[in-house]
Amino acid sequence: MTTHSLNARRLLCPLPVIRTQDKVKQLQTGDELEVICTDPGVMQDIPAWCRINGHKILSATQVEGEYVIVLRVGSQ
Amino acid sequence: MNKQIKAVSLISGGLDSMLATKAVLEQGIHVEGINFFTGFCVEGHTHAIRKRDSDKPKRNNSLWVAEQLGIKLHIIDVIEEYKNVLINPKHGYGANLNPCLDCKVFMVRKAKQWMEENGFDFIITGEVIGQRPMSQRKATMPIIAAQSGADDRLVRPLCAQNLPETLPEREGWLDREKLFNFSGRSRKPQMALAKHFEIADYAQPAGGCCFLTDESYSKKLVDLWQTRGHKDYELDDIMLLKVGRHLRPNPRFKVIIAREDGEGRFLEGYKKVFTHLYCVSHQGPLALIDGSPTDEDLQLAARLVARYGQGRAAETVEVEIKLLNGAVKKMLVAPFLETEMPQDWFI
Ligand code: SF4
Repeated sequence: MTTHSLNARRLLCPLPVIRTQDKVKQLQTGDELEVICTDPGVMQDIPAWCRINGHKILSATQVEGEYVIVLRVGSQ
Repeated sequence: MNKQIKAVSLISGGLDSMLATKAVLEQGIHVEGINFFTGFCVEGHTHAIRKRDSDKPKRNNSLWVAEQLGIKLHIIDVIEEYKNVLINPKHGYGANLNPCLDCKVFMVRKAKQWMEENGFDFIITGEVIGQRPMSQRKATMPIIAAQSGADDRLVRPLCAQNLPETLPEREGWLDREKLFNFSGRSRKPQMALAKHFEIADYAQPAGGCCFLTDESYSKKLVDLWQTRGHKDYELDDIMLLKVGRHLRPNPRFKVIIAREDGEGRFLEGYKKVFTHLYCVSHQGPLALIDGSPTDEDLQLAARLVARYGQGRAAETVEVEIKLLNGAVKKMLVAPFLETEMPQDWFI
């Protein structure tokens, strides 16, 4: 299991979702990915994307105006 | 064991593509959704930017539809490739800058490419003959199928019975009898089918799926192309056209003025790449200047910005302008009166 990070700051939805999706494709099942965003829309969209594609949200937090979502890659 | 037949469905987030997908799922086909992000989609951005939308749910309708249907959704960034569709549409534009027919051909062609790369068998769209004046007519259906290269692997479940048989029907993957014969602009058949499928909540299907069908947005894009002397754009250009009041007093520059806090915060992100200004003696909005203004133009821009701040009734207000080279100018100006502003400045 490896942990990866994705900078999706300044991107507006659905671009953070697209970047997350493209990054996840390169990862292995069980890997963790932290996505850092500034568009609050990601708090809704990335979890929805994870639910339909079988990935797990480990946390979704707001830290000083940024939104940090950590997910675990499911089987693809 | 029979091979599992797989279809890729163009999901717009509206009701028609949702119903079309559901009709095919009901026949035991494995379906995954695909959604193309052109940069002009109404989804997401504007919700994030405009505070006045904050009481509405900020969901992304395509993701929501996929979740309701229990299918995967692949969102594909086509911003760069889409430029050619919009700039040189072979079939021209609709009522505004919407190149719907070329857009459909492009999206189905992209879906076909995805289908082949991923070992899928056919493509689904929610098109209905006669539903939209430009792209969904009886005559355009074969054009989309042929020019996209999808040919008889393109199925429109909602009006399939009004169209020639497709490969999935011939092969017996789909039962034509269980597809539909919708046509025309009426939404009643869709409403009835939604009820039959027990779909109670869906995005309102009226209008187009993108900003290019919007008259005021299209005017701003035409203005951008005219003043730059060529048809081209970057993502930031088309994002900024969605936000703020755009006023162009002359061909050298335009002013983009935030209409409320959400837009103000969004424009803040562009301060490093635009000359920008705001009132310092009174509360007022942030504004960006696009173009190459002269000193006189800056003065005019300051008066415009003053007009939209709380100092609009004052004799003079102080405005601070930060130029691209970092220099800061402060000026005392008289806010424009509403009656002094020619209507043709508003793009
Ligand atoms: S409304 Fe926009 S996205 Fe929909 S077909 Fe027309 S140009 Fe394409």
